[in-house]
Amino acid sequence: MMAAIILVCSIVFLLQFFVSYCRSLIAASIKHPLSAEVQDVTGIKTSATGDDFARVVQLLQLCPDRPEDRGGIQAIGTYFGLLGVVRASVARLIPSLRAWTEAERGQCTYFAAVTLERRIAFSRDMFAQQLET
Amino acid sequence: MPGPFALFIWMVGLFCETAVVVCALKKRAFRRYLLLNLYMASAVLSELGRYKILTEYGFASKQYQYFYFYSDAILTIFLYFALCTLYVHVFSEMKAERYVKMGTLLLLAGTALFTYAVVEQSSAKLVTHFVVDLSQNLYFVGLVLTYVLWAAILKLRETRTRLIQLVLSLGVYFSLFAANYAIRNLYPSLSSVFVPLVQVFGLFLPLAWAYAFWRLPEEARLVPARLAVIPR
Repeated sequence: MMAAIILVCSIVFLLQFFVSYCRSLIAASIKHPLSAEVQDVTGIKTSATGDDFARVVQLLQLCPDRPEDRGGIQAIGTYFGLLGVVRASVARLIPSLRAWTEAERGQCTYFAAVTLERRIAFSRDMFAQQLET
Repeated sequence: MPGPFALFIWMVGLFCETAVVVCALKKRAFRRYLLLNLYMASAVLSELGRYKILTEYGFASKQYQYFYFYSDAILTIFLYFALCTLYVHVFSEMKAERYVKMGTLLLLAGTALFTYAVVEQSSAKLVTHFVVDLSQNLYFVGLVLTYVLWAAILKLRETRTRLIQLVLSLGVYFSLFAANYAIRNLYPSLSSVFVPLVQVFGLFLPLAWAYAFWRLPEEARLVPARLAVIPR
């Protein structure tokens, strides 16, 4: 009985913490303006949509990754998947929830684009260092 | 010896834990979050100790089992104190440090007494079971305390992004472990699936903390009410 209560509480708390954590990652990156170059590559001009997420992640995988960024993008990838489940199930019945999931999915794409920009800058720095040596 | 996947996860974990301390030192956040960083440094030492005992005595040896569970209990207590220092950060303006420290010690003593009372009735290997159960109970106590801290952050409108991310990632970590232990207690037959997951879950905290120390400056701010699942 005790273990069952702990399990239910843990899952409820986990969902709350995880969603808030992902939104804090997004909120920290949303102020970062995208460079013209990344806007061209990703096709994100003003606002991003959830449909572009997979494409931006594919572009991300082409760049050398940094260990400190890995956790963030994996968490956002999981959050994006979770939003997809909500969108395909409960959100079909509640229009306001559908609009919210769409907005959140777009912000996930923006987070991925900001991470892409950082990785491009990192790769450029590495290349410049190699040229110097 | 554990399989190649377990060894790989172990190495990644060791690397990430070291990365937290290095990132904190580079970003001059080591002293500000002293106990959090000391916890990570202790985790690195513990992993190295485990590896040494593993290579000397083997995975199935009593020495390795004892070292694993005792070091895990010590690390959990360490993490519990680290969580309490996050309380001190959030309540810093209220000068509540003394009360937080007192509450921390009382709650730890209460958890230890409760664990002892439960273990005493049902176990022959008292000390070993006490250590294992104390660790499991502290994960749940830690989870509840983190939830209370998150509620306080929302109520007090705490805006420090790095502090918020440290608290939220700790909440995710405690939830994952508490749920894992609960499932193993409810369905012991599933232990073969959920025991190896402990290592994978263990990667989350160092990755999240390394990100928070490296990417977020101490001055970064955000509106915490926007992060709540239920809008406030």
